[in-house]
Amino acid sequence: MPEKIDYDAKIPNNVDLSSDRRLQRALEGWQPKFLNWWGEMGPTLRTQGVYLRTAVSVGREGWAHFDHVHVPDYRWGIFLAERDGDRRIAFGEHAGEPAWQQVPGEYRADLQRLIVIQGDTEPASVEQQKLLGLTAPSLYDLRNLFQVNVEEGRHLWAMVYLLHAYFGKEGREEAEGLLYRNSGSPDTPRILGAFNEETADWLAFYMFTYFTDRDGKYQLGTLKESAFDPLSRTCEFMLKEEAHHMFVGTTGVDRVVLRSAQLIREHDTTDIAAHGGIPLEIIQKYINFHYTVSLDLFGSETSTNAANYYTAGLKGRWNETRRKDDHRLTDGSTFLDRPVDDGTWTQDEVQTLLALNLDLRSEYIADCRTGLKRWNRILAENDLGFRFSLPHPGFNRNVGINRGHHITPDGTIVDEATWQAGRRSWLPTTEDLAFVRSLMHPVYERGKIASWVAPPINGINGKPFDYEYVHLP
Amino acid sequence: MTATVVPAVSFARHPAAYRHWKLRIDGVVAWLELDVDEDGGIVPGYELKLNSYDLGVDIELHDAVQRLRFEHPGVRSVVLTSGKDNVFCAGANIRMLAGSSHAWKVNFCKFTNETRNAMEDATEHSGQTYLAAVNGSCAGGGYELALACDRIILIDDNSSTVALPEVPLLGVLPGTGGLTRVVDKRRVRKDRADVFATRSDGIRGRTAVEWRLVDELAPRRDFTEVVRQRALELAERSSRPLGAEGVELTPLEPDGYTYEYVRAELGTDTVDITVHGPREKADWLLTMTRELDDLILRLRTNEPELGTWVIRTEGDTEAVLAHEKLVLGKPDDWLCNEIVHFYKRTLKRLDVTSRSLIALIEPGSCFAGVLLELALACDRQYILDGPPIEDMDSPLRASIRLSEANFGRFPMGNGLSRLESRFYLETDHLDWLRKEVGHALTPAEADELGLVTDALDDIDWEDEIRIVLEGRAALSPDSLTGMEANHRFVGPETTETKIFGRLTAWQNWIFNRPNAAGEDGALRRYGTGRKAVFDRKRV
Repeated sequence: MPEKIDYDAKIPNNVDLSSDRRLQRALEGWQPKFLNWWGEMGPTLRTQGVYLRTAVSVGREGWAHFDHVHVPDYRWGIFLAERDGDRRIAFGEHAGEPAWQQVPGEYRADLQRLIVIQGDTEPASVEQQKLLGLTAPSLYDLRNLFQVNVEEGRHLWAMVYLLHAYFGKEGREEAEGLLYRNSGSPDTPRILGAFNEETADWLAFYMFTYFTDRDGKYQLGTLKESAFDPLSRTCEFMLKEEAHHMFVGTTGVDRVVLRSAQLIREHDTTDIAAHGGIPLEIIQKYINFHYTVSLDLFGSETSTNAANYYTAGLKGRWNETRRKDDHRLTDGSTFLDRPVDDGTWTQDEVQTLLALNLDLRSEYIADCRTGLKRWNRILAENDLGFRFSLPHPGFNRNVGINRGHHITPDGTIVDEATWQAGRRSWLPTTEDLAFVRSLMHPVYERGKIASWVAPPINGINGKPFDYEYVHLP
Repeated sequence: MTATVVPAVSFARHPAAYRHWKLRIDGVVAWLELDVDEDGGIVPGYELKLNSYDLGVDIELHDAVQRLRFEHPGVRSVVLTSGKDNVFCAGANIRMLAGSSHAWKVNFCKFTNETRNAMEDATEHSGQTYLAAVNGSCAGGGYELALACDRIILIDDNSSTVALPEVPLLGVLPGTGGLTRVVDKRRVRKDRADVFATRSDGIRGRTAVEWRLVDELAPRRDFTEVVRQRALELAERSSRPLGAEGVELTPLEPDGYTYEYVRAELGTDTVDITVHGPREKADWLLTMTRELDDLILRLRTNEPELGTWVIRTEGDTEAVLAHEKLVLGKPDDWLCNEIVHFYKRTLKRLDVTSRSLIALIEPGSCFAGVLLELALACDRQYILDGPPIEDMDSPLRASIRLSEANFGRFPMGNGLSRLESRFYLETDHLDWLRKEVGHALTPAEADELGLVTDALDDIDWEDEIRIVLEGRAALSPDSLTGMEANHRFVGPETTETKIFGRLTAWQNWIFNRPNAAGEDGALRRYGTGRKAVFDRKRV
């Protein structure tokens, strides 16, 4: 007799896994493959226990349970936000009808595609961050890296749960495909371009968790509005965890900026590279790069797919229920800046329904500005004149109407030669990347931190900074 | 919706000026790379995103397929692939379709089908095997393009799919042979074909191979290399000659509708087309065929209201037969072979042309052998039994001549010769006709042999012909189109007749239904983000 598996202990969940034989069988097939994937593609650094937050239930206490955990034994769970039995569809042509508890046949392919694309991004960042543990600036940061990683892993689980539970045989095949594609693989890359870029250093990691994970927040926010209730509830819970990733990004950049400001004051020069700090110009270039790559994730400014998803009720807008309009968008229009070949900008009037990506992107851009304000406040508090800025949305874009145009960070349309000439001062150069990488030496001693970043103001879960967040062999 | 006023369409193209395709010859392999210029639509009002195509893109493809056969005898396999990342081809541009008149849509589909058939014809008869290297998502007409190739290799990146999403997304059919080729050519099981054609997201990877939607998968990194290898393997099986010199297809440069051997005069309801027999030049059949082909295409596209084409010939019968002997007598000569198949395809174009076709056989005409096929392609044939109308004293009389060419060298889409189609299952009659090969057949004999609709004497001729043409013009063009197509294709169905007959008829019907073309129809709603409203009654 095979040993009976205690599902609730192994896989914390609130979907009644122990009595759902279909889901159990699907997960039994998938879980070993997931663990293989984690072994191959997950963090390279071996540890003997990381102080991690594990969600054991969705209640106030349950989702933040802290303990030292052997990472491969992390209990990736399946959690959906509590069900609102009376939830109604908030937009599109099914507005007002009860939310769907099952996948409608008509939208099966579209829903599956949305979930697969979302699912594909989650493990991608684990792969991108695979080597970062080897150069962590402190045990605190190392712990945060693993926290982000395991949660991306859990978000993968969340999408896989939906595929397994609601999309039958095909869903199982797609769930396997999520492990089969790999970030940057020449043969089977991840679906979206940004998830095939390398995260080579810790500044890039902070930028990624600030800008790229923030895209994830907005995508999840639109899926949270979905008429398909299980997707909505899954995303709602994922958003809670996503907040921590952004915390890592926001405070990570804070600490780099603070350290650079300190070094500038200490040595009375902005050329702090020689003193082991990251010059502000390089930080600005990182902002420029990660911000624009993340903007690409929003897709084209106008999108038929997004419009179709909206009309069908599959994917709403950010804060859909708080918006004061008809939630159908068949009549209105909006304006879109478009670069013209003669070097000027013009405005196109487009139907609101077709400009949903633009709408979401605008929300995102406004959110991104808050980080810039924080970092500039740090500069101001240190009496420095330098200020960071977000480049123009047309700058360095590979997707949408700006693609193929040469636009400077301040929004001037220039010819290719001018752009190429400015490129080195706008985007990280090979030398910049090599310099930042040269600073990346691991600091694994309790209470110590690398030269280029300031320690955090608070530790995790009330613990001090010099707490042994990670046990290393 | 009113159609945009469009300028007259020309079908003349040259690889040096292609906007959407890149043609590269690498030894025995030709690479045809689709890289659509988004702003290069043939009519303003839409962008050709994601390598989607319109008539202009297809005219270039047609030109390339044609030139490969004549100008590049050394090419033995042709790789069709995309120059864009992650997308092979998204098919016909939907905004173009939604904004086009019914006639434009149908003409576009017909021409596109003919080009696809020409690719298959090149594989079958010319030793130029087409290979689709599907290097990204491939949907609708994009997959139909791949289906027209002999082999399909799909990139194995775990996300690229092949799809026919017309039914689920647009409420129309994959109208350029997709449905037919899936079951007839690739022999995809009907239940799988049903699943496939109702899924908007398509099928990828191993399942696509298992279902026979593609032949093999190739990894991303080695993709081009695998494709090159396959192309070379296919090239080895080819019968193309070694070291042959190609024939350049120089620009035709017609004056209006007047070419060297072919001319057309436009009337109010009719077009008078005259095909001239050979003069001294040795390339008569090739040049005449190019001119006739171009004329058919231009008239179809630019003169939709001229519903009756009256076809005449003039010239020396003996010269026609002598030229024919020269070309048809050398089955091993690659160029002769190309000319024969080109003329065959041009006759097929005539067969599927939605115009009433009337042949007038008069004194001085040369409806013999290859040119008699023109008359046989017509819906009716009238022969003048008497002197020329303008010269009562002339001893000249009309006659027609059968040759071996009429017994199978130029099969129709149904696989039968025009004589077999005319005398379907009448083998005795065909045997009888065979005995008449080489004889000049008088009007009375032609009538008796059933080769003409009527032999009219010179007293009646003008009036009778006038009445025939006027009567024709008074009938409903739609019913005529349906009737003629039905009469022309007797007997067995082939992939080709299914595509042009069944599929086109269904598509025509669907294109006119509110579910597709209505204000709230799928084709019109596509791209607006709003959902189509369907009349749920099944008819």
